[in-house]
Amino acid sequence: MLSKSSYLIFIISGVIGISFWIGFNVNLLPTEASINAPIYDELFKILFIIGLILFIGMSLLVVYSLIKFRKRKGQIGDGIALEGNLKLEIIWTVIPSIIVLLVGLYSYNIYDRMGGMNELNHDHSAMGNNSEKIWAGISQSNNNLSLIDTNIEVSAMQFAFLFNYPKGDFISGELHVPVNKEISVKMESKDVIHAFWIPEFRIKQDIIPGQPTVLNFTPTKVGKYPIICAELCGPYHGGMRASIIVEEQSDYENWFNQNKKDELKA
Amino acid sequence: MTTINPKKLENSSNEDNGHHEDFRLFGLITFLIADGMTFAGFFAAYLTYKAVNPLPDGAIYELELPIPTINTILLLVSSATFHKAGKALLKKNNVESQKWLLITAVLGISFLICQLFEYFHLPFGLTDNLFASTFYALTGFHGLHVTLGTLMILIILWQTRIEGGRISYKNMFPFEAVELYWHFVDGIWVILFIILYLL
Amino acid sequence: MTILIDKKNQVTEKIQPKGFLRYFSFSLDHKVIGIQYLVCGFLFYLVGGTLASAIRIELTSPMSDFMPRDVYNQVLTLHGTIMIFLWIVPVVNGAFGNYLIPFYVGARDMAFPRLNAVAFWLIPPSGLMLITSYFIDGAAQAGWTAYPPLSITTPQSGQIVWILSVLLLGGSSIFGGINFIATILKLRRPGLKLMQLPMYCWAMLGTSILVVLSTPVLAGTLILLSFDIVANTGFFNPVLGGNVVVYQHLFWFYSHPAVYIMVLPAFGLVSEILPIHCRKPLFGYKTMVFSIMGIVVLGLVVWAHHMFTSGTPPWMRLFFTIATAFIAVPTGIKFFNWVATMWGGKISINSAMLFSCGFIINFVFGGITGVALAQVPFDIHVHDTYFVVAHFHYIVYGGSVFVIFSSIYHWFPKVTGKLLDEKLGILHFALTFIGFNLCFAPQHWLGLNGMPRRVAEYDPQFQFVNQISSLGALFMAISTIPFLINIFLSVKNGKKAGDNPWKALTPEWLTSSPPPVENWKGEAPLVTEPYGYGSDNY
Ligand code: HEA
Ligand code: HEA
Ligand code: CUA
Ligand SMILES: [Cu+2]
Repeated sequence: MLSKSSYLIFIISGVIGISFWIGFNVNLLPTEASINAPIYDELFKILFIIGLILFIGMSLLVVYSLIKFRKRKGQIGDGIALEGNLKLEIIWTVIPSIIVLLVGLYSYNIYDRMGGMNELNHDHSAMGNNSEKIWAGISQSNNNLSLIDTNIEVSAMQFAFLFNYPKGDFISGELHVPVNKEISVKMESKDVIHAFWIPEFRIKQDIIPGQPTVLNFTPTKVGKYPIICAELCGPYHGGMRASIIVEEQSDYENWFNQNKKDELKA
Repeated sequence: MTTINPKKLENSSNEDNGHHEDFRLFGLITFLIADGMTFAGFFAAYLTYKAVNPLPDGAIYELELPIPTINTILLLVSSATFHKAGKALLKKNNVESQKWLLITAVLGISFLICQLFEYFHLPFGLTDNLFASTFYALTGFHGLHVTLGTLMILIILWQTRIEGGRISYKNMFPFEAVELYWHFVDGIWVILFIILYLL
Repeated sequence: MTILIDKKNQVTEKIQPKGFLRYFSFSLDHKVIGIQYLVCGFLFYLVGGTLASAIRIELTSPMSDFMPRDVYNQVLTLHGTIMIFLWIVPVVNGAFGNYLIPFYVGARDMAFPRLNAVAFWLIPPSGLMLITSYFIDGAAQAGWTAYPPLSITTPQSGQIVWILSVLLLGGSSIFGGINFIATILKLRRPGLKLMQLPMYCWAMLGTSILVVLSTPVLAGTLILLSFDIVANTGFFNPVLGGNVVVYQHLFWFYSHPAVYIMVLPAFGLVSEILPIHCRKPLFGYKTMVFSIMGIVVLGLVVWAHHMFTSGTPPWMRLFFTIATAFIAVPTGIKFFNWVATMWGGKISINSAMLFSCGFIINFVFGGITGVALAQVPFDIHVHDTYFVVAHFHYIVYGGSVFVIFSSIYHWFPKVTGKLLDEKLGILHFALTFIGFNLCFAPQHWLGLNGMPRRVAEYDPQFQFVNQISSLGALFMAISTIPFLINIFLSVKNGKKAGDNPWKALTPEWLTSSPPPVENWKGEAPLVTEPYGYGSDNY
C-alpha cells in the first residue's frame, strides 16, 4: 500500500506530466510564418502548460471533494469547524504571486524580443513628412528604420485595405512582400478604426484615424496568408480582408517591376 | 448556537442607536464622490487633450482672467456666507440665517450671470475646436451644478421661514446637505479654475 | 395590508396589494424590490439569450445569410448591452443585494428605500427603450463598447437611444451603490461588527465602491460622445481634431471595473452558499475580505489591457500587464479558500452546490485565459478575436450566470417557502454545463486560428467548429426549459420548505419563509458568527 503522501506526489506529477504532454503535442496555432511567430508560440506553450496545470489541478480538487466529502445517507452533523489556516493561506498567496511575476517577466522578455519595447513616438524622417507625429505599432525592428527598403503604405477604409508602393508609385489590393526581409508598413485609416491582423505572423495593430502607425515584421515562409480587419468597422467588417503574398526575392521583384509606373521603368 | 438573543444584550435595541440620522449625510457624501468622479473624468480628458492633441495654429486663445477671477471670489465668499447662515441657524436665529442665505443665493446668481457674460464674449464657439468644446463642456457642466445649487438654496431659504418652516435648528439635515453640496461645487470650481485658466 | 411602522428604523410600506400583485407594483420593501430586479433581469436574459441564439444561427454558415449585416451588428450590440446592463449587473447587485443585505446587517430595510425603488424603476423603461430602438430606426450597431468614430458615423438615432439608456442604467447602478454602502456601513444593528458580517456584505461593499468611483466616468464619457453625435463637437472625432483613444481610456476606466461589478457579488454569493451546503465554516474569512478589497484596488488600475493594440506607450503596456496579472493573486486566494471550505465537509450534492462547483471550474478556466490575455505579446495576436469572446463568456456565463442559478436554487425556499425540484434542477445543471462548454470551449481555437469577433461572415474553414459552438448554444437554450418548468411547478405546488431547510446560520434564515414585511417578528437577531458550523449544534 502506498502512503498518503506518495499518492499525492503521484497525482501531482501526473497532472504536471499530462499538462506538459498536452502543451507540447497539441498545436492550437496556425502556421508560423514570421520571426515573431516562433517567439509567440514559445510564450503560448508556457502559458498553456501553466494554465493546464492550474486548471486540471483545481478541477480535480473540486470534483474529488464533491465525491469524497459528500454527505452519505443517514449521515448527520457538520464537518470540522475549521476556520482557516494561516500557513496554507500564505502558501496560496505567495505561490500565485511568484507564478504571476515570473510569467510577467518572461512575457516582458518575449515582448522585447518581438521589438515591442521600442520607442513609441519617434520622428520618422525616413517616411518623409517630417512634421507628422507617427506612432510605432507593436513592432520588431530595432534597426534604424531608414535602412529599410521595403516601405509600404497601407490605407484602411470601409471596407478594404489598399497597399501603396511609393517606390514603384502604384497601388495594389494585395500585399506582396519578399521573404526573410524586414518589412515596414505605415498604416493610416481614412474613416473609422480598423485593425491589421495576420494570424500566421502573430501580429495585430489597430489602425486609428488621426494616428498614422508604423508596423514592422519579417515574414519567414513563402505563401499566401490572410490580412484580416479585427476591429468592428461597420456592416461589412467581416468581409474586410486582403491577402499578403510572401514570395522569393526574385518573384517579388518581378511582380514589383510589372506593376510599377511606366515612367519609373528603366 | 452562535445566534445570540438580542434581549440578553444591553443597549442592543435596534432603535435609538444614536446614529440613525447621519447615514443620510453619509449617502450624500457618497453621491458627491460619484459626482466628483464625473468631473475627474472630464479633467482627465481635458489634460490628455492638452498633452497629446496640439491645436492647429491660430486656435490657441489666451483666456481673459478677470471674469473667472471674480467668479472664484464670488464662489469662495458665498461658501463663507453659507457657513454664516448655518451658524445663525444653530443659534436659533432664523432671520439672520435667512439673510445670509439670501446673500449666498445672490452670489450664486451673480456667478451665473458673470459666466454667461463670459460665454457671450469669448472668441470661440462650442464646435470651433477641441479646446473650445472641452472648455464649454467643463464650465457648462459646472454651471449646471451651480444652477441646481442656487435653486436649492432658494428652496431652503423658503423653508427657513421663522415659523412653520421645515428647517430649523432641530432639523438641520436639508440645510447641511445643501451646504455640503455648495462647498463641493465651490471646490470643483477652484480645481477647474486652476486647470482651465491658470495651467 | 397595514404594516407596523416604527419611525426610527427604516420603514416599509403602509399599504400594498396582496400576494402575487405585490411584486408587480411600486413598493418600498427591499424584498419586493429584490424580486422585481430578479424577474425583470430574467426577462431581459431571455431577450438577450434569444439574440445570442440569433447570433449562433447566423454563424452556422460562413456566409451572411440569416440576417443582413447591419442587423447582425445591431443584434450583437443589443446582446452585449442587455446581458451586461440589464441582466448580470442588476441581478447580482440589485436583486440579491436588495433581498439579502438588510437581513445581513440586521435592518428592516435599505438605508434609502425610496431611492432604492427609483433605482429599480429606472431599469424597465430604459431596457424597453433600448429594445424598441431596434424596431424604430435600427438599434445601435457599434458594439457594446461603442468606439468612436464608428459610433459617431453609424445611424444616429439608435446610438443616441443606446447612450440614453446606458446613462439611465448607470444612474440606477450608482443609486444602488450609494444605498448599499450606506446600508452596510451605517445601518448595521448595534453590536454587529464589520468583521462579523457575512461575506456577501463585503463583496457588495467592494462592488459598490467600484460602482461609485467608476460609473460616473462612463456617464461623463457618454455625455461627451452624445455631444459629438448631436452637436457636432469633436471630442472623439479625429476629423475635428479629437482623439479616439481618449474615449477608449475613459470607457475602459469604467468597463474594466464593471467586470468586477459583475463578478464580485457572485463571489459573495458563493461564499454564502458553499459553507451551508458543506456544513463547514467559510475558510479564511479575513483573507477573503482582504482579497475583495485587493481586487477593488487593483481593478481600478488595469483598464488599458483592453487597448494593447491601440497605440498605448510601451511602459503603459508593461504596467498594465503586471497589474492585471496580479489580480490573479487575490482572486486565487478566494478560489483556494472555497476549495478548502469544501475539503472535509459533509457536502449535500444538490443543484445549488452543483452550480457553485460548476462556477469554480468554469471561472478558473476563464480566469486563466484572462491572465494569458493580460500578457501583451499574447494579447496582440488574439485581441478582438473569438479567444476573447470565449474568455469572457467563461467568466460572465460560466461564472456569474452559474452563480445566479445556484443562488436561485439556494434562496428560492426562503422567498417562496417552497422547495425546488432537485431532479429537474440537476437536469438543468447537466444541460447547462455541457452546452456551455460545448459552446464556448471551441471558440478559443477559433480565435487563435484567425476568426475575428463581431463578424457575420467568416473563412469557411471555421464552419465545422462554429457549428459545434452553435450546437452548444442550442443545449443552453433547451436547458432553460427544465428550469422554467421547475419554477412554475414549485411555486404552484412545490414541497413546503419550512423556515430553514438548509439549517443555515445566516440571519435571513432565522425568520419565517417567506419573511414577514418587517423581516423579523420582534427584534433582529444578532448573528456574530454567520459561519459557525461544526461547533456543537447539529
Ligand atoms: C465578469 C467579468 C470578467 C472578469 C471577472 C474578468 C477577469 C479577468 N479578465 Fe477579462 N474580460 C471580460 C470580462 C471579465 N474578465 C470581458 C467582458 C472582456 C471583453 C470586453 C470586450 O472587449 O468586449 C474581457 C477582456 C479581457 C481582456 C482584454 C482582451 C482583449 O480584448 O484583447 C483581458 C486582458 O488582459 C482580460 C483579462 C482578465 C483577467 C486577468 C481577469 C482576472 O480577474 C482573472 C483572475 C482569475 C483567475 C486567474 C482564476 C483563479 C485563480 C487561481 C486559481 C490562482 C492561480 C492562478 C494563477 C497563478 C494564474 N479580460
Ligand atoms: C454578460 C453576459 C453575457 C451572457 C450571459 C452571454 C450569453 C451568451 N452569449 Fe454573449 N456576449 C456578451 C455577454 C454575454 N453573453 C458580450 C458583452 C458580448 C460582446 C458584444 C460585443 O461584441 O459588443 C457577447 C458576444 C457574443 C458573441 C460574439 C458575437 C460576435 O462577436 O460576433 C457570441 C457568439 O457566439 C455570443 C454568444 C452567446 C451565447 C450563445 C450565450 C448563451 O449563454 C445564452 C444562453 C441563453 C439562452 C439561449 C436563452 C434561452 C431562451 C430562449 C432561447 C428564448 C425563449 C424566448 C422566449 C420565451 C421569449 N455572445
Ligand atoms: Cu475594417 Cu473591420
Ligand atoms: Cu478588463
